[in-house]
Amino acid sequence: MSASGSVSTVSREDNLVVSSEDSSSPDDSELELGLGLSLGCGGFKQQATSGGHYARILTAKDFPSVVSSSSSSSSSSLSSSAYSLSKTNHVTVGTKRSSDSVAAANATSQVVGWPPIRNSRINCTVVNQAKSLANEEYNSVIEKNRRKNTVLEKITNSCNNSGNAKGRTSLFVKVNMDGIPIGRKVDLNAHSCYETLAQTLEDMFHRPTTTVNAFRSSLQEHDIRVEATRPSKLLDGTSDFVLTYEDKEGDWMLVGDVPWGMFLISVKKLRIMRTSEANGLAPRLQERSRRQKNKPVWPFSPIKLPI
Amino acid sequence: MQSMESTRSTRSLSFPDKVLHRVFTHLTSNEDRNSVSLVCKTWYNADRLSRSKVSIRNCYSVSPEILVRRFPNVRCVTLKGKPRFSDFNLVPPDWGADVHAWLVAFADKYPLLEELSLKRMVVSDESLEFLAFSFPDFKRLSLLSCDGFTTDGLEAIASYCKNLTEFDIQENGVEDTSGSWLSYFLESFTSLEVLNFANLSSEVDFDALERLVSRCKSLKVLKVNRSVSLEQLQKLLVLAPQLVELGTGSFSQEFSAHQFVDLESCFSSCKNIQSLSGLCDATARYLPAIYPACANLTFLNLSYSAMGSDELDELLMHCPCLQRLWVLDTVGDKGLEAVGSNCPLLEELRVFPSDPFDDDTIQGVTEAGFLAVSFGCPRLHYVLYFCQQMTNAAVATIVQNCPDFTHFRLCIMNPRQPDYLTNEPMDEAFGAVVKTCTKLQRLSVSGLLTDLAFEYIGKHAKNLEVLSIAFAGSSDRGMQCVMEGCPKIRKLEIRDCLFGDAALLSGLDKYESMRSLWMSSCNLTMDGCRLLAKKMPRLNVEVIQEDESDDSEADKVYVYRTVAGPRKDSPPSVFTL
Repeated sequence: MSASGSVSTVSREDNLVVSSEDSSSPDDSELELGLGLSLGCGGFKQQATSGGHYARILTAKDFPSVVSSSSSSSSSSLSSSAYSLSKTNHVTVGTKRSSDSVAAANATSQVVGWPPIRNSRINCTVVNQAKSLANEEYNSVIEKNRRKNTVLEKITNSCNNSGNAKGRTSLFVKVNMDGIPIGRKVDLNAHSCYETLAQTLEDMFHRPTTTVNAFRSSLQEHDIRVEATRPSKLLDGTSDFVLTYEDKEGDWMLVGDVPWGMFLISVKKLRIMRTSEANGLAPRLQERSRRQKNKPVWPFSPIKLPI
Repeated sequence: MQSMESTRSTRSLSFPDKVLHRVFTHLTSNEDRNSVSLVCKTWYNADRLSRSKVSIRNCYSVSPEILVRRFPNVRCVTLKGKPRFSDFNLVPPDWGADVHAWLVAFADKYPLLEELSLKRMVVSDESLEFLAFSFPDFKRLSLLSCDGFTTDGLEAIASYCKNLTEFDIQENGVEDTSGSWLSYFLESFTSLEVLNFANLSSEVDFDALERLVSRCKSLKVLKVNRSVSLEQLQKLLVLAPQLVELGTGSFSQEFSAHQFVDLESCFSSCKNIQSLSGLCDATARYLPAIYPACANLTFLNLSYSAMGSDELDELLMHCPCLQRLWVLDTVGDKGLEAVGSNCPLLEELRVFPSDPFDDDTIQGVTEAGFLAVSFGCPRLHYVLYFCQQMTNAAVATIVQNCPDFTHFRLCIMNPRQPDYLTNEPMDEAFGAVVKTCTKLQRLSVSGLLTDLAFEYIGKHAKNLEVLSIAFAGSSDRGMQCVMEGCPKIRKLEIRDCLFGDAALLSGLDKYESMRSLWMSSCNLTMDGCRLLAKKMPRLNVEVIQEDESDDSEADKVYVYRTVAGPRKDSPPSVFTL
């Protein structure tokens, strides 16, 4: 993991050093901008703000696309350390803050009674989330038993039903991408196979302007669901990143190795991980990239599927 | 001689008391009644003797003794207790607002009491038992956001209130010891019209519930809790197709196609449903079953159901008459577009956050969703909107589309967040709201705000009655603008702002005409509060000091007008200055 433990000791100098090194390429000037904003936000969470400090959530919009451009891969690893640090801070990297004030000056989750939501509603929401996952599990298992299809048939069937809105509920899971502090949520049940999911995620993190403009991104989602034609770089091993997920046992697995339905049952959250980080999963990955260079993209390759 | 003539002339001008009483019984609004009572002594007396409904919105503004002395013939009482921020854990649990003393006074002076509505009061099981025993005519009980009782107390009500028509227990901190309270209604008991136990968590005795529903033919409102399954709900609906308001329990179950058809036909025989809520864990598979019942739906509460945009879209296509909609932000902006397209008659929208404490994730709704609704729903006048980002421009457009807002409650969840596109404060957004929406009564502000926002509010919000402020303002001047500006301000709640003593004292002229002021985590000192208390003896200035950290600072201050003097039941953490 590139994130270091010493969040609290990041100093202004460190950040400036990172900035100046990154100022070579146009992409990285955006990096600088992002960091510059961080630096100016020391007073963000403190009560007696003079009003001169304007801080904002650094959305994906602030960060350059790091998915496909190979030139930024070296600088992105530098930036990622700063970003990972700021991720731990939630939004800003304070200057010379003690760890206490960092913790105290945290955002929403640390403030008593904020956002202003009644306890009964909070309790219900938590139950809702837990239950919706449990539900999906139950329903998938029942479906599997009832149909008695082979795994392959089931995948093919569910892919063909990609436009069908009925028979599903929402299944939102968090997605984080290495190097970007702000995560997203994706409704897994809006997809019926890995391809469309991967494409959605690519668009979410690859084209930052759409992540904050909901109109456009929602249109994108709709189009993607209908035509799953563009192969996803996240799945075929040609990107610097791979798509991984944490399952119910807490293990991190490569996405795409199990049938979709099984994936839905076991997935807890997603992470777009740097290929270099995916060491524990490496053998599978290398094997897949070797195979997939010549073969059609999953899930159309029957050989890969475990029974 | 002259005096006799004048007495005769005045006597001929005054109505006999009986007529006056008769006329006054037609005055139902308490506001009207308050006005007429000020006209003259005769009218004052006529009002007090004929008033049957009282509404005390701050239980410490008056004492039980004063109340019963002034109004001897009351049948219906509404009592509200704790400050609203107690909903968000800002008020210590032992703060007060116990209803018992009131019940004792009522048992003595209002033996014919029929109706009691309590909000944010502490109600013990003993109090509920006392209530059940003391008022043989008791008909309607409503407990909203109350705490202190368990299902044992409910058993007492069920057992002894033989004329009960309404039993409404909403969003309370109830300790659920068992679900058997339903079985305590006697077999001969048939008068129930309203039953709401949606927020209780324990399993209920379903057989008892079924029998109850079966024999209460006048049941109009039924809201059950999660423990009631879809199959059980179906049985209830068959028994009560006349329901006007329905709150379902859990809405997911493994149903065969045949069972689904049964469920669907069950809903189609419920022709009178106007309000629908619950739908917990509703899966898209079973949601279509409710479509036949949605033709006359005016209120739909989906805020306990994590619905997606497509499901919402389809559902809304079946609800042409919808006026009020509550949803979770899982519907996303896309779902709100569907609202804009399908609900031209919409007047109220509330969007609650599904995951409010995860600020590390872009999720939920944005300004785009709110905009979409405003374009499609020109009648919108009540909104509660939780979001992660907003812009000044969007809000300006929204209020242009919907100028009739009476309640505008916008919660940008990250404190002090500016306009995410321009990086500017959100002053202009709320400026637009108060300038355009002249009927605005209630406003909750959020995001990064300077004093300018409050200048706008003070200058333009002529009808504003309730204002909630958090993490805002740049100096005392902000609050001062509000105190000097808004002529109708009744309730002001402020948290985590830097307003200090000067701001507090700028409202001296206003506080007696206001119901209450709450300020927490601001810059108030004990000295400032003492000064206020000294200058305004008819106010109770309460300081809540929970930890021993700094004696000179006043972390939580609650100021309210009262005719009852300082209260005698404050816990150790509360000081009345």
